[in-house]
Amino acid sequence: MEDIIINNLDYPVLTVSTFLPMAGALIILFLKRGPFIKWFALATTVATFIISLPIYKYFDKTTYKMQFAEIYSWIPTWNINYKVGVDGISVLFIILVTILSILCVSVSWKAIKEKTKEFYISLLIMETAMIGIFVSLNMFLFYLFWELTLIPMFLLIGVWGGPQRIYAALKFVLFMLAGSVLMLVGIIVLYYAGGKTFDILELSKVNYPVGTQLWLFLAFFAAFAVKMPMFPIHTWLPDAHTEAPTAGSVILAGILLKMGAYGFLRFSFPMFPHAVNVLFIPLLILSVTAIIYGAYVTLMQKDMKRLIAYSSVSHMGFVTLGLFTLNQNGIEGGILQMINHGVITGALFLCVGMIYERTHSRMIEDYGGLSKTVPIFIVFFSIFTLAAIGLPGMNAFVGEFLIISGAFKANMIIAAFSILGVVLGACYMVWLYYRVALNEINTTTQSSLVDLDLREIATLAPLVLLVLMIGLQPNILLSYMHVSVEHLVEQLHNSIILEDINAYDTVSSIAEYIKALFKWV
Amino acid sequence: MDIAQFFTSADLFGIAPEIILTITALSVLTLEMFHVFRSKIILMVAALGLLLASSVVINTISDERILFGGMLILSRYSAFFDSLYIFIGLITLIFSHGYMEKRGGRTRGEYPALIIFAVIGMMLMTRANDLVIVFLGLELLSLSLYVLVGFLRHDDLSNESGLKYLLLGAFATGFFLFGAALTYGATGTTNYSGIILAITNDTILSSIYLSMGIGLLLIGFAFKVALAPFHMWSPDVYQGAPTTVTGFLCTAPKAAGFGALIILFNRAFVEIHYQWQDIFWILAALTMTVGNISALVQSNVKRMLAFSSVSHAGFLVIGVLVLDETSISAVLFYLVVYSVINLGAFAIVSSVEKEKEGLMFEDYRGLAAKHPWLSAAMTIFMISLAGFPPTAGFVAKYGLLSAAVAKGYIGLVVIGVLNTLISIYYYLRLVVNMYMQKEQRTILSSYGMVSTGLISIMAILMIVLGIIPGYLLEIAAKAAIFTF
Repeated sequence: MEDIIINNLDYPVLTVSTFLPMAGALIILFLKRGPFIKWFALATTVATFIISLPIYKYFDKTTYKMQFAEIYSWIPTWNINYKVGVDGISVLFIILVTILSILCVSVSWKAIKEKTKEFYISLLIMETAMIGIFVSLNMFLFYLFWELTLIPMFLLIGVWGGPQRIYAALKFVLFMLAGSVLMLVGIIVLYYAGGKTFDILELSKVNYPVGTQLWLFLAFFAAFAVKMPMFPIHTWLPDAHTEAPTAGSVILAGILLKMGAYGFLRFSFPMFPHAVNVLFIPLLILSVTAIIYGAYVTLMQKDMKRLIAYSSVSHMGFVTLGLFTLNQNGIEGGILQMINHGVITGALFLCVGMIYERTHSRMIEDYGGLSKTVPIFIVFFSIFTLAAIGLPGMNAFVGEFLIISGAFKANMIIAAFSILGVVLGACYMVWLYYRVALNEINTTTQSSLVDLDLREIATLAPLVLLVLMIGLQPNILLSYMHVSVEHLVEQLHNSIILEDINAYDTVSSIAEYIKALFKWV
Repeated sequence: MDIAQFFTSADLFGIAPEIILTITALSVLTLEMFHVFRSKIILMVAALGLLLASSVVINTISDERILFGGMLILSRYSAFFDSLYIFIGLITLIFSHGYMEKRGGRTRGEYPALIIFAVIGMMLMTRANDLVIVFLGLELLSLSLYVLVGFLRHDDLSNESGLKYLLLGAFATGFFLFGAALTYGATGTTNYSGIILAITNDTILSSIYLSMGIGLLLIGFAFKVALAPFHMWSPDVYQGAPTTVTGFLCTAPKAAGFGALIILFNRAFVEIHYQWQDIFWILAALTMTVGNISALVQSNVKRMLAFSSVSHAGFLVIGVLVLDETSISAVLFYLVVYSVINLGAFAIVSSVEKEKEGLMFEDYRGLAAKHPWLSAAMTIFMISLAGFPPTAGFVAKYGLLSAAVAKGYIGLVVIGVLNTLISIYYYLRLVVNMYMQKEQRTILSSYGMVSTGLISIMAILMIVLGIIPGYLLEIAAKAAIFTF
């Protein structure tokens, strides 16, 4: 009981913010079809946002312990509890989810004309699942929320998506499930290895034998790496992001991709520290590959949405690079960059969605000279483009700076390569900006272009604020995670190696081989 | 000769549910003789009889009662199965109302009577503590099913599947009987307690006969519950049978088969488990994989569900392979969930189909726009079959996998979860057709209020059981104790 602080607010803040959207979805189920539904969905998301705010006010930044915790017995037969809580690593994601959900409702206001009821139900169930993932302190509960994201997202892509939507939706589900079924096996094995409990904090305290750690790390890695997505299992991402409706792309890029990285922080690092220490060099190399490969592929995209989708591969490469440096700077930068990527890429998808709504074209060649035709839009687009490049004063700069400084501590050569990613990032974003905003006015789409209305400005404005706030005063966010990350790094480096002779021989010799192979880097 | 020396009043009281059901079935047949009665009333009488029998079963739940000198054993385990069969029979009768008329037949008195006879047969199978009784129950069940499958006399497919089932079923029964005979030859008894005694005391006449006996019994069971490679009959029979009968066929006999298989192996052959464990491992892996891969390429929804039920049987074999308290209770939970899902899914199939049309995947296009509740229910059933949380299908699957991991069958578990991955594709294909394809033509002939309500309740039940499975898990765990 010493590593959690029981919720001392008047109400169970985490449970309420998790299940409020679900309750909203249930009510919408019984409402009559009509414009009232979107107002109700908006009200639900705003209410969720407001209800979750006390978490930030009363959050104790001086401890790594889980806060606002709630524990109830759930399935006693299998020793499963309903246990939720947040620490410095997970707390920031809740606000990211709640803000992006409001924006998703807002951006779908006019874009979704058919089956609005089903759309908002799916969206709200997604929100519950996403918050649930970040607050779960029980493995079973976590898996439940993890899988709960799949079906609503499948429907969002498949029903309201673009021309290739069914292919993209099925591909998305099959990729996700391929990872998560292996994680399920890992979870069950962990349940028995850790003394028949699903409690994440209890399981983190156990010292697992080396062989078990490596196998379990790989089982969990399958799920997290697909979700991230890490190179070379990223191929579902461009299809899903491109075909999804704007709200779906925002959720995918903003939050779903973060779930994998969060999984590394919550499970892999504290539970399998030895496996992480063995494998971190190959993982760093994979990250850098993703950064550079992702950037190159981004350069040649002709479809705006696909371009931004591929840039996510590159950006998420930075996140994994930060995490697997295994030092304070890198991990903090990684977490901050997850938030940044959620904000910036979310915003860019919103921008593309807004002009797609007007012209029904995502092709870059159909645009040009937008700075003259739609000046307000271009103001926002410029800000987010600069943010994506990592201009000092904007949020991504802080994240990338921390990550690369962490990477230099971990491995000089790999860090040097990652700089290339920053340069290429500037290339593809500036080139996109040039082709869309400057250049000559393209007459094919000019007639249907109208500048942003008040609702759309209100949708983008909060993200501009976030970009500047994090960029100028990153400590607001960093202060939340500082102590928790410190604790995590400690766990990683103080792990006692428990040798299990049988498993060690087979698995660990392979690991040693890998280690030797990568020694020259 | 005094008849009381063969059984006591306690014995008769123990089989009261069977007696009630037999009287019901006979009176339903008698009612049919007087042509004045409408099909609705016949169904109602049958339903009343089933309800009465279930109330007797539930009110006389006891820890363990041995009847007829060790022929039958009543326990929480048998009561669990009795209630399940009666529930399945009842639901089938409700969904059948109106369906037979649609397919050009009449819900004659034989139909409910045969279903009730099948229920009696299944009850005997899981109450049995003797191979002879299992055989008795199996035959009563099978004979009723042969007729039910071919119930649509004017339909070629129905006739064909009835004949197919009869021929292959008779063959399998032969295997079962020969297996029982060999076991008797080896141990000198057909009673489970006697067999295990003979094995532990090592008074077996010939261990080869015993092994052959076990193998042949297993083949008989494998045929009845459709385990690969003895599953070939199931897609054809499932497709040809009247859809409501298919729903019954893929739930109740499977439950009875597994229920009887578990007690047979747990009570009689547990001492020599090393002999048959590998066989179960192979059966499980093979059945899951064959069922799933065959289901991938189906274009007929009934055939897809048939192959999916084959792959689920493979999953259940994992439970029989592990054979401890957790795995048996997981099997029980799985059977309940699986039965509810399949009954619901086949009920939806039966309301979408019309004459011989409406069974293809394409026929479900645009169903969501016209019948959102029915499509939502079907979606829940499909993702539940695939084992997605937070549906009951996930809890069921988790229970089995967890029990298998505890005993160290990690390889089989990995095969199992990869099969889940394959299965998601064909389950979601139906969802894709309902929600994502352009509307083509939706045949929906009967859409009764009662069955729609029941389908919705079953769908909601699947979600509720997925979120709070504790109560049913406890019942299953209590029942599982009595298989030893």
